[in-house]
Amino acid sequence: MPGPQRFSLPDVGEGLTEAEIVSWKVQVGDVVAVNDVLVEIETAKSLVELPSPYAGTVEQLLAAEGETVEVGATIVVVGDGTAPAAPADAAPQGEAEEGSGATLVGYGTREAPSRRRRRGSAPAAEQAPATQQAAAAAQAPAPQAPAPQAPASDLTPLEVSEPELVPRPGADADELGAQAPGARAAEPVAAVHVLAKPPVRKLARDLGVDLGRARASGPGGTVTRADVLALVPAAPAEPERRVERHPRERHVPIRGVRKATAAAMVESAFSAPHVTVFTTVDVTRTMRMVQLLKQDREFEGVRVSPLLLVAKALIVAVQRNPDINSTWDEQNQVIVVKNYVNLGIAVATPRGLLVPNVKDADEMTMKELAIALGALTATARDGRATPKDLSEGTITITNVGTFGIETGTPILNPGEAAILAVGKIAERPWVHKGKVKPRLTVTLGLSIDHRMLDGESGSRALADIAAVLEDPVRALAWT
Amino acid sequence: MTDGAVSPTTSGAPTMVQLLDASGVRHEHPEHDAHLEPDELLGLLRDLVLLRRFDSEAEALQRTGELGLWVGTRGQEAAQIGAARAVRPQDHLFPTYRDHGATLSRDVDPLHILSIYRGIDHGGWDPVQHGVHPYTLVIAAQLLPAVGYAMGVQRDGAMGTGDPARDTAVLAYLGDGATSQGEASEALSWAAVYNAPVVFLCQNNQWAISEPVERQARVPLHRRAEGVGMPGVMVDGNDVLAMFSVVRSALDRARSGGGPTFIEAWTYRMGAHTTSDDPTRYRDSVEVEQWREKDPIDRFRTYLRAEGVLDDDFEEQLAAESEALAERIRAGVRGMTDPDPVGMFDHAYAEPHAQVEEERDAFLAAWAQHEQDLEQSPAGGGR
Repeated sequence: MPGPQRFSLPDVGEGLTEAEIVSWKVQVGDVVAVNDVLVEIETAKSLVELPSPYAGTVEQLLAAEGETVEVGATIVVVGDGTAPAAPADAAPQGEAEEGSGATLVGYGTREAPSRRRRRGSAPAAEQAPATQQAAAAAQAPAPQAPAPQAPASDLTPLEVSEPELVPRPGADADELGAQAPGARAAEPVAAVHVLAKPPVRKLARDLGVDLGRARASGPGGTVTRADVLALVPAAPAEPERRVERHPRERHVPIRGVRKATAAAMVESAFSAPHVTVFTTVDVTRTMRMVQLLKQDREFEGVRVSPLLLVAKALIVAVQRNPDINSTWDEQNQVIVVKNYVNLGIAVATPRGLLVPNVKDADEMTMKELAIALGALTATARDGRATPKDLSEGTITITNVGTFGIETGTPILNPGEAAILAVGKIAERPWVHKGKVKPRLTVTLGLSIDHRMLDGESGSRALADIAAVLEDPVRALAWT
Repeated sequence: MTDGAVSPTTSGAPTMVQLLDASGVRHEHPEHDAHLEPDELLGLLRDLVLLRRFDSEAEALQRTGELGLWVGTRGQEAAQIGAARAVRPQDHLFPTYRDHGATLSRDVDPLHILSIYRGIDHGGWDPVQHGVHPYTLVIAAQLLPAVGYAMGVQRDGAMGTGDPARDTAVLAYLGDGATSQGEASEALSWAAVYNAPVVFLCQNNQWAISEPVERQARVPLHRRAEGVGMPGVMVDGNDVLAMFSVVRSALDRARSGGGPTFIEAWTYRMGAHTTSDDPTRYRDSVEVEQWREKDPIDRFRTYLRAEGVLDDDFEEQLAAESEALAERIRAGVRGMTDPDPVGMFDHAYAEPHAQVEEERDAFLAAWAQHEQDLEQSPAGGGR
């Protein structure tokens, strides 16, 4: 089976729709053997290396590094090699059923002639079922393909008529069985409609490509973007994204956590109308309590930080103002108010900004919360946060004070109604009992989703947080 | 660990049966010895190498879109092959979805295994003919049926007769994670109480997907056997000779009417849990490198070379046989056709059934209509 073989991006993880090309391990012109690694891809689940199903010379790489490719799109073309064996060359499936001579490993099951006969099985019939099954599997007709067998005039015309000779969609599945993608020869047959998704049709129109000339390498004999791009003479995929590099500029590909963060922030900023309220509070007593807890034997070996008290204050505020712990469910037209707090903490990590959350933080004792916060942030900084750690949060704290600034106007974690920014805790002049004194103060900023929360509820919640931090005894009184 | 609990990851090691250490040096053991001839030793090596090649080709087929999923065996070859070679034809095996070494040793066509992972077959080989049950995908669900089968053997009187071709044992496979399932505890209790001729082979590969074994148990897994009243043995699962010897003793004991045994094979899953998993998210590469040093095939090769049993000719033949196997399954998998959906009606009842026939006709009509709708839909596409 000579001619170029096209390798389409497979679904390597049970239901994935796309993957990012991380790095090519081969270049055009390289000679590859079957199972040589071609490319490393990153899916929503993992980093994966894809081996070559073909032997031959790499003719084309149809996706650039950093590009996100749909499953089913051709990513590489390998030519002039030994094609994969046709199904007819495969060993008959029934072969190994004949006897222990075909046993792959071990001694097999047919050595002892005096083998115990099992209940309900006649010895003569023993070999039959599996052999028949295997034979049946080998001969089973392929599922009916969508290829029209009836005259084309029976069909409703499609929006784009294709007078040219085109590959018959589904012909491969129909006649050749489920072969490797490369085996889908584009043999010209009677004119039928070209199958392609609307965006691909638009792309073809925009580029002036005749869809009828494109190979149909997609599922069900559809023409894919890559098929269309392969027909554009001057623009074989890669130059498409080539941006001129200025020597004094650095180009950083948008990918990974940066890409996810950007998408989340855009989604949040332009779907939830944000309002931020601010207050400055005297946290001298809170800081005294932090010192006391640090000396408490109960908290030996546990990291106690001001963030712990802020977290506790936020949880108390949620209990008094449950609406700030909710989600706007646009699809079902409901506001989901949550009776549990999965407390997210924004963490700057080497991978980028992550927001892992402590599940059911409202049910924890102070000590449990301290341990959970410590573990959560350490795990995230080590790059070991799991998808579960990072999902299902209900409300978030971002501790921008660690960077030495007063406060900020944080953007909501998508799906949440409130996020608390904590500024730098420092001694500042403050009117205390009628006199200006140096006191430890902090400025808090609370951003809320104005779709379900109004300025009033946001302000009440922030005032409650401030009140608890001003005098932690209130936490006892209020819970 | 605090409050006196014993770590399952460390304290078991000194009691572990090992005949071949990680560097391939042979050690004596007071109770166990493999007693194998050179051709039997080479047979073990051949099985190990072929199983690894089968596994790597299957993984490649998944990565090229030919299989929907693959559950790899890399690192666990010795645990599976050593046990498989200790089994007799009349014995019955209850494997998990990872025990390809067990299944291949029972005359099941490798392509039949792969058809399951291509999603075109449920693995319905004849368990009676092959002496191996279909793969159980539900964790630990094979263990109670295994004990039940063993109790059936007992009631058939196919145990303790002294006839080596009649006395039968059951080998029930499980992983470390399965020990957390209630069914595992029930199966162990039943087997012990009824003295059933069953051997539980627990391949402790250290990880139940992303959960480490220390999150499954506070004591070494083989010590659980003590609590239900059966011997628990820990064996180096990367040592094919120790595996063969320990499993053979346990099966002999079961066949002779001596009762069940729980074997913990100390091994490591070198790859991902399945091809849908990314182990770098939960385990350290240092750990993987440490286990690479304990590779079951490398150490066995070193030993066979040192003994003068293995030469270059055999290696070359084996390499050629491995590649031929890989080519055979590659072509076979690529040539697989999807089953006829109507087939599902054929296996509902042994004999014709009016209601099923009616349902089949309705299905065929709906299918035809669906095909017609697809062709007429302006979006095209779809199968």
